[in-house]
Amino acid sequence: MRAGDELRARTPAATHPLQQRVDLVLVLLGKELKVRYKGTVLGYAWSIAYPLAFTLVFYLVFRLIARVPIENYALFLVMGLFPWQWFQNSINGATGFLLANAPLIKKVSFPRSLLVLTGVLNDLVHFVASIPVIVAFLVWSGGRPAGAWLWQIPLLVVIEFGVTYGLSLLVATANLFVRDLERLVGIVTMLWLYVTPVLYAWEMVPEALRWTRWLNPMALVIASWRQVFTEGRLTPEIAAAAAGWSLLIAVLGQLVYRRLEGRFAELV
Amino acid sequence: MRVERVTKEFRLGGTAHLGLKNLLLRSPEVRHHLQRRVRFEALRDVSFEISHGEWVAMIGPNGSGKSTMLGLIAGVLHPTSGTIQTNGRISPLLELGAGFHPELTGAENIVLNGVILGLTRAMVRERFDRIVEFSGLGEEIDRPVRTYSSGMTARLGFSVAVHVDPEIILVDEVLAVGDEAFARRCLDKLRSFHAAGVTIVVVSHALTLVEALCDRALLLVGGELVAAGPPAEVVAAYRARIDD
Repeated sequence: MRAGDELRARTPAATHPLQQRVDLVLVLLGKELKVRYKGTVLGYAWSIAYPLAFTLVFYLVFRLIARVPIENYALFLVMGLFPWQWFQNSINGATGFLLANAPLIKKVSFPRSLLVLTGVLNDLVHFVASIPVIVAFLVWSGGRPAGAWLWQIPLLVVIEFGVTYGLSLLVATANLFVRDLERLVGIVTMLWLYVTPVLYAWEMVPEALRWTRWLNPMALVIASWRQVFTEGRLTPEIAAAAAGWSLLIAVLGQLVYRRLEGRFAELV
Repeated sequence: MRVERVTKEFRLGGTAHLGLKNLLLRSPEVRHHLQRRVRFEALRDVSFEISHGEWVAMIGPNGSGKSTMLGLIAGVLHPTSGTIQTNGRISPLLELGAGFHPELTGAENIVLNGVILGLTRAMVRERFDRIVEFSGLGEEIDRPVRTYSSGMTARLGFSVAVHVDPEIILVDEVLAVGDEAFARRCLDKLRSFHAAGVTIVVVSHALTLVEALCDRALLLVGGELVAAGPPAEVVAAYRARIDD
């Protein structure tokens, strides 16, 4: 064996950096998926049970009691709530992604952002698994799947991923410095849900406030999801604004993370 | 491995009231505050070199900066000033079961720990049988790690760490777990690594072992390197200090 071969055999992380990172994410993700419902009887059904339970609650309150004037309100809700849950669960979980792995962060040098990435992907998997439920509601209400979904759904997943991952990275990083964030994040995402047209339609917002839609990436994302599911169509300016926010937030998250990651081992 | 004039300060006290924005932008007000804030010097102006294949022990009282030094070598901490150069792949021996998930089986945890330590999945598969064999866990490997005793967990952790083909091994007092037979196998393994030219850095309070096994010892006291040289001499110097 030549000296070079020996060196290569010894340092896979140096010679296969990408393969190694991909494997690390896959294994961490596999762990999360295996662990989440380990020991439960219903297992995977739980990932659909949560958003469905929320749907039921909001349906009762806003349809049967408050009488929101929206047709097919159950379908309307699942189209907004399911993608919203991905966002909310990731952000709320983000404060824990790093702290839960403190022993590793203190000892092993590996890209810490992969821990956050894994958390976001984990919630994404659960969202994707719940898309058939949305489709079932759609078909039941007389709609049907569109061929354009083949590119629209992946595109929206990427856009929402940018927003979710960027914010999760920000929250996970900042929480190491300011632990109050753990408490604050839950409150903020809850308020965020109510200022985003998830439970109500954009058209119901008073005219004077409608411009705020452009400041709320999730309002744009949720509106796009609904449009895709019901019409198989995207409004270019809404999708473009959402994509712009997504890119901006993802880059911001990366910058803050890069700037501070060197101190993580001291703080967890 | 070369450690040159390394100083490591930890900042004490919170930064929360300064606000995240100010911290990120390092406004003059914040800079002033950071300078005044209480700092703790874990290491002060430490320099040494460790040659390829050397077995070096860091000894010293608790709080003298030994583990901080290991963290710096592992690359998880960054020096406040000075530089650290390392060549080669580093395998830290993790504390008991760190990086294991209790609900996963031993086998699943081997893959998890292996990729965390820098292997690809294919490389873990290739080494899998050897890892299981060395751990001595046999059939137990398919049971969840939460059912393992602490000794079994330590054996599995050690087994993974020594099979990632490290060029530098960092050991922070983890050999004190496991039964006598396994402790001996661990030492044997470290000896064979040593024979194969792997660099080993241990932090240890087991002075007799240090004298018997290591090529060189470094004595850290209060964050400063006060002695370095043949283990017998450095250990003697340390004992003299304790007696004082």
